[in-house]
Amino acid sequence: MSQTASATPAHRATTSTGDAIFAAAAKGCGILVLVILSAIIVSLFIGGLPAFRAFGFNFLVNPDWDPVRQIFGAEVPIYGTLVTAVLGIAIAVPLAFGIAFYLTELAPEWFRRPVGTAVELLAAVPSIIYGMWGFFVVVPIMGDYVQPFMIDLFDGVPVLGTLFAGPAFGTGILTSALILAIMILPFIAATMRDVFLTVPAVFKESAYGVGCTTWEVMRSIVLPYTRASVVGGIMLGLGRALGETMAVTFVIGNTNRISTSLFGPGNTIASIVALEFPESPTGSLKLSSLLALGFLLFVISFIVLAISRLLLRTKVKS
Amino acid sequence: MKIITTALVLAVAGFSAAAEAQQITGAGSSFAAPIYGKWAEAAAAPTGLKLNYQSIGSGAGINQINNRTVDFGASDMPVKPDDLASHKLLQFPTAIGGVVMVVNIPGVEANKLKLTGELIAEIYQGKITKWNDPKLVEMNKGVTLPSLAIAPVYRADGSGTTFVFTDYLSIVDPAWKSSVGAATSVKWPAGNGAKGSEGVASTVKQVKGGIGYVESAYATQNHLVTTHLRNKAGQFVMPEMENFAAAAASADWSKVQNFAIDLNDQPGAKSWPIESATFVLLPTDAKDPAQSKAVTKLFDWSFANGGKIATDLLYVPLPTTVQNQIRAAWAAQIKG
Repeated sequence: MSQTASATPAHRATTSTGDAIFAAAAKGCGILVLVILSAIIVSLFIGGLPAFRAFGFNFLVNPDWDPVRQIFGAEVPIYGTLVTAVLGIAIAVPLAFGIAFYLTELAPEWFRRPVGTAVELLAAVPSIIYGMWGFFVVVPIMGDYVQPFMIDLFDGVPVLGTLFAGPAFGTGILTSALILAIMILPFIAATMRDVFLTVPAVFKESAYGVGCTTWEVMRSIVLPYTRASVVGGIMLGLGRALGETMAVTFVIGNTNRISTSLFGPGNTIASIVALEFPESPTGSLKLSSLLALGFLLFVISFIVLAISRLLLRTKVKS
Repeated sequence: MKIITTALVLAVAGFSAAAEAQQITGAGSSFAAPIYGKWAEAAAAPTGLKLNYQSIGSGAGINQINNRTVDFGASDMPVKPDDLASHKLLQFPTAIGGVVMVVNIPGVEANKLKLTGELIAEIYQGKITKWNDPKLVEMNKGVTLPSLAIAPVYRADGSGTTFVFTDYLSIVDPAWKSSVGAATSVKWPAGNGAKGSEGVASTVKQVKGGIGYVESAYATQNHLVTTHLRNKAGQFVMPEMENFAAAAASADWSKVQNFAIDLNDQPGAKSWPIESATFVLLPTDAKDPAQSKAVTKLFDWSFANGGKIATDLLYVPLPTTVQNQIRAAWAAQIKG
């Protein structure tokens, strides 16, 4: 320390060169991210171009995926990706809200840390583990108990009977959504807990002062105050759910048909790419279609991320 | 001190011996990976060759050899003659394996159920949906078939096994051929996909009423409930070594080009109907001909001495006449 303090002007000159180098390097790192990202988008687009050319707009709405006849469409994977992700969110959000509500308002002080840590640990579990656990534990439970029960229960009931129909494979759209919900739960719960804690104590105390219950404080003070951030957190979870590959591949049934039943099998963009990629010859239309699917997934994820940024920014401004 | 010196000398000798071993690289078929691994292990000492084989799937193996990033490619699906010519590849089979049906029907034990190709095609098209369908019941007198939904399971990942299976269904059922066809992945009209042989096997195990197809070696190792199948001669045969070998022996290898033989639905009373060879693709214009030569040396040794290894792993060795035809093809096309 004392050596640095007694440094000569010459030494200071080297430091400023060092500064310049460091600044340039840091700038380089920043630019590198942009370059890599755009390179990925561009290469996916160029790779997918033959498929876009061959099928045009029809690629997006064609439900066929027929390698024998070289007809490829993205409708089923896009549908599967969106439906599993949205269902996953629908299951995860109430749970995450419950966790966050409990941790910030109800739980005794000593209990908050272990539960909070456990939720964060869920995020650290590799997705292949969720896939295997889903396949060997959740799928048999769904196939042996949940699905036969629901199928019998709603048999003949309009709408519900269609939603819960079909052979009880255990796999399918709903099972995937369940696994996804568990996977994205920690992201949403952690965001909610953090933003709930940002609500100024004086707001809540005033509400309690006029006789509000804990629930009324949550509903009328905390939620309105943090609404944008909560939605932003949900969008982050949605982004993760859209791109999830291995866990979904294990449990979705991997079928290129759109099923009206939630127990029916389906496919997602990420899982079809993972499954079909090794058997796609270079230069083939199939490989190009898979790259085009990758590009579409990129676009979907980008839109979701943009919306979440937008919502979070609104919050910062207000 | 002496001991240390000796140890050092030995270590150096061992190291240089390892360094001297010629390394050959291959990639592709995961179906053939176990046997190539065992063959290379046994051949290492007598031939001085070391094999680095990546089990990445047939399609990827074809890509790799087309780009010449490996010394040989391996595929379960024969490559079209045009593609062989344009990429300057020599194709030859190395071993044969059967594909068997596995089922999960409460009360039905291994090799009790009788199936035909036509019925399997109808099941996988969703035309037969219950195990007590009259067609199945009539074929299986003496077996009690429950009123249970049939849950067909297929390989969701692109796979040579899927090609063999769909090719067989295309041969026996014209409706399958026109509506679905044969490829490493197809547009399945019914059923659920699972990842890999292990995925198909465990899905069938978990789902009551499940039916799936896997390589025979996989079914045997995992004690799955297999079925009888009716062959071209109208006989119901068991999925066992003897019948796999019978089909390979009754095939007419002399008429096919590039050894691209289709072993499905072969004649002969004992022939197992769903069966395929696995192929190696070798460049005829290799940058380093010594590498291609080394590959032929490895398989030459394996053909001559690897028969027992193959049968232990439940692959059928090639008939000797075919092995000799392959040796002739090497002599004619692989220089080095």
